[in-house]
Amino acid sequence: MARFIERHPAWALIAIIAIALLLWLVFAVWPPGLEQAIGRKRVFLNAVFNGITLGGLYFLVASGFTLIFGLMRNVNLAHGSLYLFGGYVGYAISAWTGSWILSFVVAFIAVGLVGVLLQILVFRRMEGQDLRQTMVTIGLAIVFADLMLWVFGGDFYQIQTPSWLVGPVQLPFITAVKSSGEPVYLQYPMVRLAIFAASVVIGVAMWLALNRTRIGMIVRAGVDDRDILAATGVQIQAVFVLVFALGAGLAGIAGVVGGTFQSISPGEDTRFLLASLVVVIVGGMGSIPGAALGAIIIGLAEQLGSVYIPTYAIVVTFLIMVLVLAVRPQGLLARR
Amino acid sequence: MSLTQLHATATAVERPKFRAWPELNNPAAWLVALILVIMPLIANGFFLIEIFGTTLILGIIALSLMFLAGYGGMVSLMQLTIAGFAGYMVAVFGVSGNANISLGWPWWLATPIALVLATIFGTLGGALAVRTEGIYTIMITLAIGAAFYYFTNQNWAIFNGHTGINTVATPQFWGVDWRSDIPFYYLILGVAALCYFAVQYVSRTPFGLALQGVRDNARRMAALGFNVNAHRVAAYAFASFIAGLGGVLQVWNYRQISPGSVGVERCIDILIIAVVGGITRPVGPFIGALIFVILRTFALDVLIKFGLDGNRFRLLIGLGFLAIVFWSSDGVIGLWERWRRRQGRASSSTTGRGHG
Repeated sequence: MARFIERHPAWALIAIIAIALLLWLVFAVWPPGLEQAIGRKRVFLNAVFNGITLGGLYFLVASGFTLIFGLMRNVNLAHGSLYLFGGYVGYAISAWTGSWILSFVVAFIAVGLVGVLLQILVFRRMEGQDLRQTMVTIGLAIVFADLMLWVFGGDFYQIQTPSWLVGPVQLPFITAVKSSGEPVYLQYPMVRLAIFAASVVIGVAMWLALNRTRIGMIVRAGVDDRDILAATGVQIQAVFVLVFALGAGLAGIAGVVGGTFQSISPGEDTRFLLASLVVVIVGGMGSIPGAALGAIIIGLAEQLGSVYIPTYAIVVTFLIMVLVLAVRPQGLLARR
Repeated sequence: MSLTQLHATATAVERPKFRAWPELNNPAAWLVALILVIMPLIANGFFLIEIFGTTLILGIIALSLMFLAGYGGMVSLMQLTIAGFAGYMVAVFGVSGNANISLGWPWWLATPIALVLATIFGTLGGALAVRTEGIYTIMITLAIGAAFYYFTNQNWAIFNGHTGINTVATPQFWGVDWRSDIPFYYLILGVAALCYFAVQYVSRTPFGLALQGVRDNARRMAALGFNVNAHRVAAYAFASFIAGLGGVLQVWNYRQISPGSVGVERCIDILIIAVVGGITRPVGPFIGALIFVILRTFALDVLIKFGLDGNRFRLLIGLGFLAIVFWSSDGVIGLWERWRRRQGRASSSTTGRGHG
């Protein structure tokens, strides 16, 4: 952080001003002139919170994608299909047993197993052939999409939110002040906050696992140079299978999350594939903190964009990607 | 048919000039060219446009991908997006049923503008994609394609949202309705032949050779003093123009354009067509497109005849694509050549289909 400020004082200044402005917009009571110019504060705060929680979902999807890419150089374009499959599995389990938590566990295991099978049966046979692997993932995405359409049809499914998470919660953010001088606080759905907290916990756990454990050390070494790692006697194939299973399982969890606060249907696989692509392009390929930063930026851009410039919202997301590619092609937090 | 004669004489004039072109020494290519030229005598309206016309249009778009991937080593998934952009621009600048959006310009003005804009669009996208290398190109171009799809869905002012633009007018001049089956077929055939020979020609120019050098070893080419990125962006510009031509024909063919025609699935279809046909030679995309169109048109009937679910066309396409990627890195051309080699014959002659 300090080094970044030393090396790029101008960019650091811009970033600090932007963050300060955002914080002021979130915490301050808006003067009437500002409300007239850009609308009610409640709308803005809702968009910000939706953006951050959506960012949490994007992080869950993109972290698996970036982990798989970082270690195996495999651009897994079937990642969206894994997300959708996780959503369908989660829906089936929660409809069958009524347990929301159990649907997470089963989705993680089921999609992780698909990942294991993919790595052992398909990708191991074409190691080092990046382009061919990517082509195969495209073919797999088509096959998976059609199989899921076959089994689940074109309907929308929504996973039932558990009763202890239903309903709004009052947050200590003032949205407006009534004429009587009494402040009005923001009401926000509990389930979204819970899911965001869970994705933060998962993110921190991943960071700890990668930076504080032996297996994490092996994975990081593999990201840097997998040939040398293999030469030191590590069972690199086992590590590949493990990482692929973890990445796929995270996509499965994300599917359950997405099925709870949005819905799952054919076509969602493409949407989340695009989201993961943009998030890792912005954040930096193969970097978990990069995926977190990219996810928050893209989530915020998408939600704020769809509130303030509805017919050009996707352009904002896209412009962010263009800007990052122009200024820092390797992504914001990538080392190389 | 005056156009046929025009076409034949044009080919005859070209003949002594380009002796080095392998197609001209290959009897099979001449046979295919002849069949394509007399196709209206053989096929009825449905086959002429729905099968062969569509094949050639998809072939043109896939040809632009083949040029980038085969000669430049850049697998771009946005070629259909560029084609769709050109189609949208034809609809926006030209005449269509949505009078509040279309500017109503005549076709001879709207079409060149659409082509120029599509080329600029593709070149800018390419300039973005060459910022990174190799495998990242797929990700960035896929992101561009998907973003364009969602943008056309959201935007009502220019792209008319998810309903798209309908009843796009097609050109009529010299007393010919160029969208009636036979003239339209020859128009497509002419453009396809032009694109095919243009790609063949460019691949042998100094620029094309330098591009292939960049594909094989970018660092060495840079060390030799070539501007690697400029070559790549120029390749994108050329490919975008070809894709734009395909897009204009596409919108004239269907007379409408909507986000569905630029969807991510469609973008990937183009990749499938090029890979299944083979991305090492310009003829590959056309063969791939023929296989694709035949499968798409007849898979339903055939699957039902075998007592299977007729809606599983995409499953079939996906599995076929997987099989090709697994067993032949050079598509069906590669399979065919391997088969010929196994027959013990020399495989130096091309299996090419000349168009026109």
